[in-house]
Amino acid sequence: MAERSGGPTTTTDRPTRTTSSGPGRLLVAVYLLFAIAATCRAGLQIVTRFDEAPVAYLLSALAAVIYIVATVGLARGGTGGRRTAWLCCTVELVGVLAVGLTSVLDPALFPDDTVWSGFGSGYGYVPLVLPVLGLIWLARTRRDAQV
Amino acid sequence: MDGLPATGTIVLSLVLAAWSLYATARNRPPDRSHLVGLGLLELAVLGLAVVALVALAGGDRPGEPGAFFGYLVTLVCLPPLAAVLARMEPTRWGSAIVTVVCLVLPVVVVRLQQTWQVTGG
Repeated sequence: MAERSGGPTTTTDRPTRTTSSGPGRLLVAVYLLFAIAATCRAGLQIVTRFDEAPVAYLLSALAAVIYIVATVGLARGGTGGRRTAWLCCTVELVGVLAVGLTSVLDPALFPDDTVWSGFGSGYGYVPLVLPVLGLIWLARTRRDAQV
Repeated sequence: MDGLPATGTIVLSLVLAAWSLYATARNRPPDRSHLVGLGLLELAVLGLAVVALVALAGGDRPGEPGAFFGYLVTLVCLPPLAAVLARMEPTRWGSAIVTVVCLVLPVVVVRLQQTWQVTGG
């Protein structure tokens, strides 16, 4: 192979751990399930009874979009995918903590539950655990991915 | 909407979840038995869908039609999804994927029953 010219980033040919294989594929699968669940829920809420709790339903829709983007980011991997997934996991973690806290302190703000209400208690607290696992997984694969 | 088909599906799903968890614990990829299990599960789920459609044709209506059909479509897609992902990951993590999907499926069946029964149908 000819020497690559220019640019501070060089790629190596040694096999790298990607974000989408091994335990990562399980993570992608769970993210996929949540993307489906959140999308269906948000879509249904917005179509059938948007007037009842617009804030909660728009939040559901936002959560759904984030789950979809995170799934794609983790599945694609690479620098862009990793960055996307990292951003999504962070937003998710902040979101689930903020919405969880708000839903406990001021339930009136969320008259209907979202995926993130009560720290994701309606979904077995998986929404709380998932971004943490995502960030841990991104950190563990980083060493191999970015040489 | 409740009764034998739903309960049978839930039991089958949990048995398969335990079987794939055993494979995960032994560091084994999903093998033919898991794929056959997912096939049986898909048949059970399709059976459930047929029961629902027959009830609909008989004039019964789900309490929350939108949610009900959403769950029904999701339910029918779950076993094939698990099978595809399991084939893509021929390691213990493939078995873990089957385990997770088989634990999620009973929840969807229960939610399906709830959305059917909201108005006491």
